Amino acid sequence: MSHHIVEVRGLEYVYPDGTPALRGVSFRIEHGESVGIVGANGAGKSTLLLHMNGCLLAKNGTVRIGDFPVTQETLPQIRRSVGTVFQDPNDQLFMPTVTEDVAFGPRNMRLPPDDVEQRVRRSLEAVNAIHLRPRPPYRLSGGEKRSAAIATALSMSPDILVMDEPTSGLDPQARRKLMDLLGRFKHTKIIASHDLDMILRLCPRTIVLHQGSVIVDGPTASLLADRELLARSGLDLPLSLQGCPVCGKTAGMLPRNDG
Amino acid sequence: MVRIHTTVTDIGALDGLASQDTWVHYLDPRAKIAATAMFLATVVSFPKYEIAEMMPLFLYPAALSAVGQVPAKLLFRYLLLASPFAVLVGVFNPLLDREVVVHWGSWAVTGGWLSFFSILIRFALTVSAALVLLACTGYVSVCAALDRFGAPRLLTMQFLMLYRFIFILSDEASRMVRAHGLRSEGGRKPTLGVWGSLAGHLLLRAYDRGLRVHRAMLARGFDGTLHPPHGFQWRWADSFFLAGCGLFLVLVRFGHVAEWIGTWVLRVSG
Repeated sequence: MSHHIVEVRGLEYVYPDGTPALRGVSFRIEHGESVGIVGANGAGKSTLLLHMNGCLLAKNGTVRIGDFPVTQETLPQIRRSVGTVFQDPNDQLFMPTVTEDVAFGPRNMRLPPDDVEQRVRRSLEAVNAIHLRPRPPYRLSGGEKRSAAIATALSMSPDILVMDEPTSGLDPQARRKLMDLLGRFKHTKIIASHDLDMILRLCPRTIVLHQGSVIVDGPTASLLADRELLARSGLDLPLSLQGCPVCGKTAGMLPRNDG
Repeated sequence: MVRIHTTVTDIGALDGLASQDTWVHYLDPRAKIAATAMFLATVVSFPKYEIAEMMPLFLYPAALSAVGQVPAKLLFRYLLLASPFAVLVGVFNPLLDREVVVHWGSWAVTGGWLSFFSILIRFALTVSAALVLLACTGYVSVCAALDRFGAPRLLTMQFLMLYRFIFILSDEASRMVRAHGLRSEGGRKPTLGVWGSLAGHLLLRAYDRGLRVHRAMLARGFDGTLHPPHGFQWRWADSFFLAGCGLFLVLVRFGHVAEWIGTWVLRVSG
């Protein structure tokens, strides 16, 4: 099962205007792990995720997905292995209907029409969105768009799911439903987010980025309870670990290992 | 701006009809494109004063839209939307060509007026045929079929990207104009300088957005090849459809279908 492993070694990236985004990032994610990537705005989270599906290619350092280094030549295999859910679902949904959008990836894999249909149905069922099939994506609500966007990634049967801010812009109920959904997936999951409560619930391990470097990589429960560390990284305690503004007591929420 | 945004959203609605389940939708996109091309060629081949002979051609978009369940109201809306262009093209004909070519009862009709109406009819025929093609095939399939016909890949990709950008651009533009309206005193219109700035920002934002959409396409294995929803499978039905359309068009062009219909109507009405 080495194809589920993500290994990043000494990854560096500098934006065309000279701004460094990643400075020697290294980590290894094993099969079936759920890992949160947190950090302040501009810490390099999205840039790091773009290296994992080959949208950006490493110039200094290496990124390996299972047996393959992420290079121009291995992109077809990488994109089959890594399903990406982008921050804004509007960027991900570009076909006339949800069905067409979910079928876009399988058709690019040149699967027969029956297999494409089967994958579309299975992916939409997995995100409880089968009723959205004929709808045009621009008419969906935020939560529906997010579900459809996840289905577009699932339809390629990826081994690894990479998600950038999956809960942003969702109302509380849609957010909770999404967390329940993600918790059921058995994929290797890499989730970049500012939603620390979601990370606390879904990801037993967390990598904290600050100004393009990994400043700590360890168990979520202890990292996200470290107020001083979080402050240094431009973050704050998850709401569930903050004291009640009235009585000062904490909710005492412990991370659930749903992944 | 809201109107532009609504219109652009309507284009998406037309494309959304392409996912319906009628036999026209299941025809091979190449057959429908070939039939449309033959139709357009027939329309433009008529001499400029032969209005009555062209009228039976309306049966083509009418029949296809009926079978393909394309709402006539939607087609009329698009025709109205695009009609100013056709009117502009022919509006000066009555002034330039004043020779009387036909008498309708006591009314002497000049060549200019006839050619003006001819332009309007050709416009209605060609645009409605193109709209029906889009509604029964889908934009992606049309681009994919053009690709199969040997159209340059760069061109078909440009068509596809242009289609994506219409939505992106109108979305960004409506947001920017709304933001400007909320901060301008009494809802004043933007000055020329502000328009310049808005246009510049719009271009940069649309570029960024386009880049992200392209990344999302690449992430799902897009390699520049377009794959239509129903695939390319030429069946007997496609051959019959194409042959039927061809026969109809030849009859209209070289037969006297308008005259036959007129005679038949007169006989039926006694």
